[in-house]
Amino acid sequence: MPTFVYMTRCDGCGHCVDICPSDIMHIDTTLRRAYNIEPNMCWECYSCVKACPHHAIDVRGYADFAPLGHSVRVIRDEEKGVIAWRIKSRNGETDLNLLAPITTKPWGKEIPQLADVAAPSKEMRDSQLLYNEPKYVRMDDGDLHTLESNGLKMKAGVYY
Amino acid sequence: MAYKTIVEDNIDILVAGAGLGGTGAAWEARYWGQDKKIVIAEKANIDRSGAVAQGLYAINCYMGTRFGENNPEDHVRYARMDLMGMVREDLLFDMARHVDSAVHQFEEWGMPIMRNPKTGSYLREGRWQIMIHGESYKPMVAEAAKKSADKVYNRICVTHLLMDDSKENRVAGAVGFNVRTGDYHVFKSKTVIVGAGGASNMFKPRSVGEGAGRVWYAPWSSGSAYGLMIQAGAKMTQMENRIVLARFKDGYGPVGAYFLHLKTYTQNCNGEEYESKWFPALTEMVGKEYLDTEGQHLSHKPIPTCLRNHAFISEVNAGRGPIHMVTMEAFQDPHLEEIGWHNFLGMTVGQAVLWAATDVNPKYENPELTTSEPYVMGSHATGCGAWCSGPEDLSPEEYFWGYNRMTTVEGLFGAGDAVGGTPHAFSSGSFTEGRLAAKAACKYIDDGKAAGIRVSDEQIARRKAEIYKPMEHYKIYRNEIVAGSVNPNYINPRQGLDRLQKMMDEYCGGVTVNYMTNDKLLHIGLKKMKVMEEDLEKIAAENIHELLRAWELKHRHLTAEAVFHHTLFRKETRWPGYYYRGDAMKLDDENWHVLTVSRRDPKTGEYTMEKAPLYHIVEEK
Repeated sequence: MPTFVYMTRCDGCGHCVDICPSDIMHIDTTLRRAYNIEPNMCWECYSCVKACPHHAIDVRGYADFAPLGHSVRVIRDEEKGVIAWRIKSRNGETDLNLLAPITTKPWGKEIPQLADVAAPSKEMRDSQLLYNEPKYVRMDDGDLHTLESNGLKMKAGVYY
Repeated sequence: MAYKTIVEDNIDILVAGAGLGGTGAAWEARYWGQDKKIVIAEKANIDRSGAVAQGLYAINCYMGTRFGENNPEDHVRYARMDLMGMVREDLLFDMARHVDSAVHQFEEWGMPIMRNPKTGSYLREGRWQIMIHGESYKPMVAEAAKKSADKVYNRICVTHLLMDDSKENRVAGAVGFNVRTGDYHVFKSKTVIVGAGGASNMFKPRSVGEGAGRVWYAPWSSGSAYGLMIQAGAKMTQMENRIVLARFKDGYGPVGAYFLHLKTYTQNCNGEEYESKWFPALTEMVGKEYLDTEGQHLSHKPIPTCLRNHAFISEVNAGRGPIHMVTMEAFQDPHLEEIGWHNFLGMTVGQAVLWAATDVNPKYENPELTTSEPYVMGSHATGCGAWCSGPEDLSPEEYFWGYNRMTTVEGLFGAGDAVGGTPHAFSSGSFTEGRLAAKAACKYIDDGKAAGIRVSDEQIARRKAEIYKPMEHYKIYRNEIVAGSVNPNYINPRQGLDRLQKMMDEYCGGVTVNYMTNDKLLHIGLKKMKVMEEDLEKIAAENIHELLRAWELKHRHLTAEAVFHHTLFRKETRWPGYYYRGDAMKLDDENWHVLTVSRRDPKTGEYTMEKAPLYHIVEEK
């Protein structure tokens, strides 16, 4: 679908509403459960499917070209750092279980707080370098590439 | 209307739209401005927003200088070749010399980047692409942005930039509304970095109904990068350079890994190779410099994306469609088969859903490909966007006005899709451009360039009235009719979008006219666009969600108008396979070896067009 929501599994927690990049998962005011209000603006990005704590959201391929009777389900686990998929085709011949890592390190821990690192010197400010460069560019002692270092010369601009 | 006005004052750096470009900007800004106030305003939730919301299976821009693979100038040559010469080489070189440092950071943060077991270097998909398990790419860079930002405002649809009332052509922040509460948000800021996106859903899609959501670029990419900057009077460049993608049919699943890593290839309905037979005639059209099929083996030049599209389109028009991707060989290897599926799950789940629904097993059948409707953006194999200053050590006078990635509006910077002339930046390059813009924005403030900014209450009140007008309009005219969506006094956002898409399609070279347009068609189209502008004043929004769609439509409309003007201006067919000017079917280097630059006067809405020179900084090899 576009996404759709199973009536008996949804408890109206709103995680999908909070995450949907397209602003199309809304809570039905009568039923107090989520649903897709605008299927033709759904990218099948699975953000809401992954975010739903009750696995209440699923996807049914776009009606204008996808026949019924298929399934692509997913469980994303930040703690374990993996995502697990299961693909079942309409005729049942394809039934794949696929697992992939989503991170190699504990979630969000390895990102430094740049407010606390040593402030850039004036020399660094006046250079072309970004944070932690040139080290991060080359992982050796080499400097950033410039026209001069790479033997390049500016030629006159052309309108021809 | 009872919506509150919420003012966030004294911001130094406002990031408007936090996809890969915006998150890079917010993250890096903290280093150069440790005591500065950094605020993000994002239409969705930065954990899953922008084009990378569902993840990526490859980083398509990585030099590998560290592994001795490529230098920045190699990438400039590649992008220049692919875009038929029309790139900003200073900006490209600058992005390319920094991009690896972004990727190395990602790996340190925990991004699973695949390694070549033999060499220890990153696993290459192609010369520029490395393979990753990037399902969590966006949440990861969002974490970084959150670490650096003072405040993140999710669910704010930024509609306009604020302009300084004391100095002409200087930015002063932005305004928008919260798509949940409806509240009016005012961000007063010394600088703004536009990280908003390019435009999907501007040309009529091939799909009908629900499938309109399965566009190649995200449906929430509403051209706001361009809409915001054009409204503010920033100069734009290369807006004619829309992109058409050859992709798996209907699902628009990516083909890069298939071609490059799985070594699949295409053939026509008779099982024949078809590309090369179109090349002699194509060489006639574009000239030997751009397609030298005889020398191709010696020069190792890749064939530009648009020209491969041209061969595809021509073969289908000759009655030998569909074009198939030959997967049956590669998929016999279980490892490659798994990669083929992972590739979709990592970045275009919808394609896996479609193959499951249609029982496509690429091991036993070769799936169909198609060419998509056009898209307007600036970070894939195309370079639409704002005319920005380059860095001082690389840029000639015409390309340099003090601050890297600053547009022609003072204090207004861009990153990712927002910056023109920098194709092939992709995710990592967009993040890098954000970092570059952030450093420059801090310098701009430290140099005292943002002193004395004044935003009048009148401007704030005027924008507020403008923002909510579609809801007011609805309220006034809704009860003239019994029920339904047909009203003589308004159209709703969906109706408006349908009209825009039909107009772009038929007059500006969409898919139903085989990407063809000409001077006459463009003039008719522009006339209709002006009338549509009047109707956009009468657009009606029943609720806040529709108000969001109304403003997305207005941004798409502004983008579309620029595309029309640029397409009209460049009287040649520079990119056969992206679009054709039927009245000028040849590439014309004598008159058009230039970048096109436009400006829309914010007061009158009039467009002026000019040619800017091309500087070839990097020599041919």
